[in-house]
Amino acid sequence: MARITLDHLAHAYNADPRTAEDYALKEINHVWSQGGAYALLGPSGCGKTTLLNIISGLVRPTRGRVRFDDVDVTDLATEARNIAQVFQFPVVYDTMTVRENLAFPLKNRHVPRDRTAQRVEEIARLLDLTRVLDRKASNLTADMKQKISLGRGLVRPDVAAILFDEPLTVIDPHLKWQLRSTLKEIHRALDITMIYVTHDQTEALTFADKVVVMHDGAVVQTGTPDELFERPAHTFVGHFIGSPGMNILPCRVEGAMAIVGTTMIPLHRAYRTLSGGERIELGIRPEFALLQPKGAGLPVQIRRIDDIGRARIARVEMSGRPLAASVPNDISIEGNEASLVLDPNHVHIYANGHLVAGEDNRGRSA
Amino acid sequence: MTKIVNNRAWFFVLPVFATVAFSAILPLMTVVNYSVQDTFGNNQFFWNGIGWFQELLDPSSQLGEQFLSSLLRTLLFSFIILMIEIPLGIAVALAMPREGWTVALCLVLMALPLLIPWNVVGTIWQVFARGDIGLLGWIVNRLGIDYNYTGDALDAWITIIVMDVWHWTSLVALLCYAGLKSIPDAYYQAARIDGASRWAVFRTIQLPKMRRVLLIAVLLRFMDSFMIYTEPFVLTGGGPGNATTFLSIDLVKLALGQFDLGKAAAMSLVYNLIILAVCWVFYTVMTNVDAERERVEA
Amino acid sequence: MTLTLEGVSKRVGAATHIHDVHLTLEGGSLNVLLGATLSGKTSLMRLMAGLDTPTSGRALIDGEDVTGRPVQRRSVAMVYQQFINYPSLTVYENIASPLRVSGLPRNEIDMRVRDAAKLLKLEPYLDRKPLNLSGGQQQRTAIARALVKRADLVLLDEPLANLDYKLREELREELPRVFAASGAIFVYATTEPSEALLLGGNTATLFEGRVTQFGPTPQIYRHPRDLITARVFSDPPLNTLKVTKANGSATMSTGGLIPATGALSAVPDGEYTVGFRAHHLTLDPAGADEIAIPSVVSIAEITGSESYVHLDASEHRLVALVPGVRRLEPKSRVTAYLDPRHLFLFDVDGRLAAAGPASKAA
Repeated sequence: MARITLDHLAHAYNADPRTAEDYALKEINHVWSQGGAYALLGPSGCGKTTLLNIISGLVRPTRGRVRFDDVDVTDLATEARNIAQVFQFPVVYDTMTVRENLAFPLKNRHVPRDRTAQRVEEIARLLDLTRVLDRKASNLTADMKQKISLGRGLVRPDVAAILFDEPLTVIDPHLKWQLRSTLKEIHRALDITMIYVTHDQTEALTFADKVVVMHDGAVVQTGTPDELFERPAHTFVGHFIGSPGMNILPCRVEGAMAIVGTTMIPLHRAYRTLSGGERIELGIRPEFALLQPKGAGLPVQIRRIDDIGRARIARVEMSGRPLAASVPNDISIEGNEASLVLDPNHVHIYANGHLVAGEDNRGRSA
Repeated sequence: MTKIVNNRAWFFVLPVFATVAFSAILPLMTVVNYSVQDTFGNNQFFWNGIGWFQELLDPSSQLGEQFLSSLLRTLLFSFIILMIEIPLGIAVALAMPREGWTVALCLVLMALPLLIPWNVVGTIWQVFARGDIGLLGWIVNRLGIDYNYTGDALDAWITIIVMDVWHWTSLVALLCYAGLKSIPDAYYQAARIDGASRWAVFRTIQLPKMRRVLLIAVLLRFMDSFMIYTEPFVLTGGGPGNATTFLSIDLVKLALGQFDLGKAAAMSLVYNLIILAVCWVFYTVMTNVDAERERVEA
Repeated sequence: MTLTLEGVSKRVGAATHIHDVHLTLEGGSLNVLLGATLSGKTSLMRLMAGLDTPTSGRALIDGEDVTGRPVQRRSVAMVYQQFINYPSLTVYENIASPLRVSGLPRNEIDMRVRDAAKLLKLEPYLDRKPLNLSGGQQQRTAIARALVKRADLVLLDEPLANLDYKLREELREELPRVFAASGAIFVYATTEPSEALLLGGNTATLFEGRVTQFGPTPQIYRHPRDLITARVFSDPPLNTLKVTKANGSATMSTGGLIPATGALSAVPDGEYTVGFRAHHLTLDPAGADEIAIPSVVSIAEITGSESYVHLDASEHRLVALVPGVRRLEPKSRVTAYLDPRHLFLFDVDGRLAAAGPASKAA
């Protein structure tokens, strides 16, 4: 059990990094508290796996320190760190039974036999593996094997943190649901720090209490799932989280009015701090942009309406800019002409990609 | 329902059939033919039924005794070299680097003995191990050990075994190396995290993952050592006495030396059957291993 | 052209990989094969392509029996889950490779390659080698190569499975447009129901080597003919409850009584399985006729805009997809409400016995 501190951590794979581009992982300062469930979310090549390998001790960082509680573990080998890891592809010891697999880490650490047996039973019950305990691990399905990998981490009573490296990649959609909720339940039951690396927003958001979004080797935002959804600090977060992602529209801001092409969008906040030199964009999530019949809001042309089963998503154009919007259940629209109603509380303004706070001006204008 | 019909394919395969017929089936039929007949030369043949086979498999006859002793000698030889080459090959494979420029160097060095023709290997060792002009023989003798592979049966065996190990261990090592290379890194990482010792990593990850290539290595080395001919023929000629007369050497002595075509034919058929039987056992074991691996239960 | 499979089966040794499949695929259509791993998607594609010969049954192209005809003599292109390109050739040469084999004139090749590259947004990368591209661009190259042949049948076997989530979303959105521009039959295998819905077209649901239902995608989603199809085509997994109907009311295995109105009134007494999707189970009653299911929260997963609440209702595990952020403590007691307009009723053999009115109206 441990708090994990990343102190001025940075890593470059080439020996002599000079510019920021040389760093696969740009400087990061972070504290993961004991017992939390965290996700590292980002596309391939964003540095999330590098960071994970630094925590597990497989990669030694170019700069900075890693601390578990107050112990500096930067120079410690993987086996000395008391961490466990579940990999993308299930790793089980083929020749052993499930029971022997689970007992393996304890056997290596010379834990007494009766204590081991008892602990294996406990963990097997927790992971619902009891009925396969005496089967050969190699003959089980991928989701079972992933549970065994996880079990080998959990079985150690001293484990400080469990790291997950895209553990659901090879699992079928139906079983993903089960395995994910099993993970959450175990996290609740055992109070172990868990760090989950993935490119899949649903996995990250549903698993973690706090999500760290990474892009180009840097952390762009850390927050709870609802913070990331409602107030993306960067256009990348807006785009990456949500399906479809946030609509990002180049615009001009004049007082409390945003202008996209020829469309005027009233804002709830004033943005006096904008100097005029930056790239200004407006962000609105499709969930907060509702399609309505013509005349009810901002004029748009419908390009297509996708039926995704539990909802409908309209692909529209506003002043020539493509946009995704939600179609309310009770709405049916004839022809191509329609309008869009934006929830002003969820319209955000970004300067050079970063969220601009703005000042609430509702009191004044009302 | 129609089958896939593409007659051109048959046309391409035809030369292979012809070659196989001439090189394998016709000679084999000739051997079968000889094995049931007796000849006194002059191309006159007499029907002998299973007479040669009876004599061959009866240890109390002279032929039977000779056959049995060279069979046991051959089996002992195969057993010894398997016991040495397989563990040694695994050890070499484990010691080989897994990345960097040294990999290519190692692979070339390992492949060298495999590229030398059999009879040249025999000649090299024949000279190398001689007590008067051979470097090895001379040094060993200088160390005060009485060593003479042409006169002493044990010395002859040791020389042949060392030669075979030198010649073929790299094959085993290369096969194992290929098996080791196919193990994903995650396995080693997981083992480190689980606190596994070096020995545990070998026993629980490397050895199971090498099982398939090891079976192939054992099969190849068994077959090849069981049929060994050229190297001992060049090195010792089957001597001293009959000490290194393996089955193949015995067979050639019988057929070409004594011109006992009937006996030799019967012997080569039995020899062939033994090899086929061992092949079959290995094949069954191997397919069972695969089937077990592929069986996925819910 | 039209590809017809008539009672096609494929057995390998004792195992039946494909069981009695009847399908008719029209030219210019997009057909999704939806099923879990090992449900027979790849086996069926191999039979369609002519890579395998069926054990029994026939394959017809425009009415002509082509059952034994090998793949080289059919007009087929394939895209795989792995990004398969020639590493030593540029993107341009990769796309051109099937045309070079067929010996087309140079300007014709150039025209087709540039058209395909434009369609798949590969124009800036034509001179690059595939390994210097992102996974998405590599797979676009493979798709362009399949399209440029102008094959009559294009098979895509989980083409997006190895891509990042966001790249997948992007390509998934573009593919229907790319497909529509060609007149070929597209067959697209996937394990994900949401992918089938986004792609549209037709869907065939596969389970243990059988096609359980085939038709326009939204229709299969809303009108599954049996429990297996409904299960295959639900993500999150379909919620199910056992009920027993007798004397005008139905007893749920969760203990509650529900009035046998609507779909339930139409069926004879007996045992049934009620099936419904996660977004039709709520924690706030919207109408008086909603069916209350007392349950215990197992875990709540929050995605930012919605919450998946996993519930235990007696021996059943249910998932409710509710809007907004709902932080619910595990083990807390809640009442879930099922909208009876959206339920499916399956008999003991798993066949659809009745469905809620919303399902019929759609």
